Amino acid sequence: MPFVTFIEPGGNSVQIDVATGWSLMQAATTSGVNGIEAACGGSCACATCHCYVEGPAAAHLYPPADDEKSMLQTVAARQNPNSRLSCQIVMSPELEGLIVRIAEVQS
Amino acid sequence: MSDIVILGAGLAGLTVAESLRAEGHDGAITLVGDELHGPYHRPPLSKGYLLGATLEAQLNMRAAEAYAKKGIVLKTGISATAIDRAGKRVAMSDGSTLAYDGLALCTGSRLRPLPLPGADWQGVHGLRSLDDSRAIAAELKTADNVVVIGGGFIGLEVAAAAKKQGKRVTVLEAADRLMARVVAPLISQFYFDLHAGHGVDVVLGAMVSELVGRDGHITAVRTKDGREFPADLLIVGIGIIPNAELAQAAGIETNGGIVVDACSRTDDPAIVAAGDCTARRLDDGTLRRLESVQNATEQGKSAAAALLGKARPFTATPWFWSDQYDVKLQMVGLTAGFDQVVTRGDPTTRKFSALYYRDGKLIAIDSLNQPAEHMTGRKLLDTGISPTQQQAADTATNLNSLVA
Repeated sequence: MPFVTFIEPGGNSVQIDVATGWSLMQAATTSGVNGIEAACGGSCACATCHCYVEGPAAAHLYPPADDEKSMLQTVAARQNPNSRLSCQIVMSPELEGLIVRIAEVQS
Repeated sequence: MSDIVILGAGLAGLTVAESLRAEGHDGAITLVGDELHGPYHRPPLSKGYLLGATLEAQLNMRAAEAYAKKGIVLKTGISATAIDRAGKRVAMSDGSTLAYDGLALCTGSRLRPLPLPGADWQGVHGLRSLDDSRAIAAELKTADNVVVIGGGFIGLEVAAAAKKQGKRVTVLEAADRLMARVVAPLISQFYFDLHAGHGVDVVLGAMVSELVGRDGHITAVRTKDGREFPADLLIVGIGIIPNAELAQAAGIETNGGIVVDACSRTDDPAIVAAGDCTARRLDDGTLRRLESVQNATEQGKSAAAALLGKARPFTATPWFWSDQYDVKLQMVGLTAGFDQVVTRGDPTTRKFSALYYRDGKLIAIDSLNQPAEHMTGRKLLDTGISPTQQQAADTATNLNSLVA
């Protein structure tokens, strides 16, 4: 399984194998990574799984769809060009090594 | 408080457990659930899971390692039978006892049964648990005629999922419109048209009088006006009942739910409660029950704080959502007592909002396929900002600018 590195609020870094087809939010919360609320359970309805994507693998990401773009305008932490909602990123082999920095605040 | 016992391993119970650790509690945490599964996501059970779009593994909220990592002891397939408040002990169904310094009641709710003979036949299901949804998903594969009793969120979501699989689907709703307890008539009408457009037969004012069966299996549903609807799969979605009996038997105040304050405290200082099982006493003395993801998480966080002696009131405006077909309905605020509704946007585009007013003040917003407008609505209601009805109706007015 391709791996992803999550950086929790506070700076702790956790490397996790993520199954293809799973969202980054699902993989992180299931593994007990801290900092993601995901109050809506992954239906792009709450903007509490905000993260910043980094590293070379980020170039392989599909850009956010309109729903995600509009939700990103409502995030609690600072919105940066590399802001994403982790429930909307579906794992694929080319994303191996992606660095996902979880936003310091979610709500 | 050193040893914390949490009864109920749903979203509320898990939130209490993890919030305790996040707040720095270093004593024992035992999370107890009566189902064999650990905590899992319920919202997909009436949506993606029925369609096979959400895998069972994806419903699971935490892997076993996550509990170990956080020092949470998860016990499944076991329930509490009595609480000894004086001795601070809980008697369990396997004969064991759990001692506690602090106790969280997150006992959830159960399906309201259909009070008719035949409600226990094969082919008749409610939908609350993973096992319910598994059974429905399995029977959907071979069913031809699906009847849903109850035109609320659960019933309509299941109807949409069944229709997507090409079934003949009938929804029987007793009221004169869909989701009548929650939304305005224009939203009810929108959903009536949405379902009808997908070929669902929505029958309003339908008073179910009799279940018809053969060899212990449902075959049809009859209504008072003599109509008969063939059914080889019947879904009953007529609401839930809070599991408050354990608390009541222990002498904790209950009233259609375990009574808690804004900080999730019961009338026993060592006991908190969170989620579907609660009835919250508001400042004016009235009781409010919410059945939602937000309520489970917010009350769960408050309950954990309360166990650690901190007051963290749940102050956010209530919000909910429902996914049916390709329409996402997001609701914020409670519509009870509204006297005016302003439509924002054009319903024929399937992207619009309804803003509810009472005595000239904004009290709730329903947004369809407009997640950002929903988030703006939460900010407006959380901060008590009420746009004028002219502003609300004018899509050129950016409501978010009123908040910032």
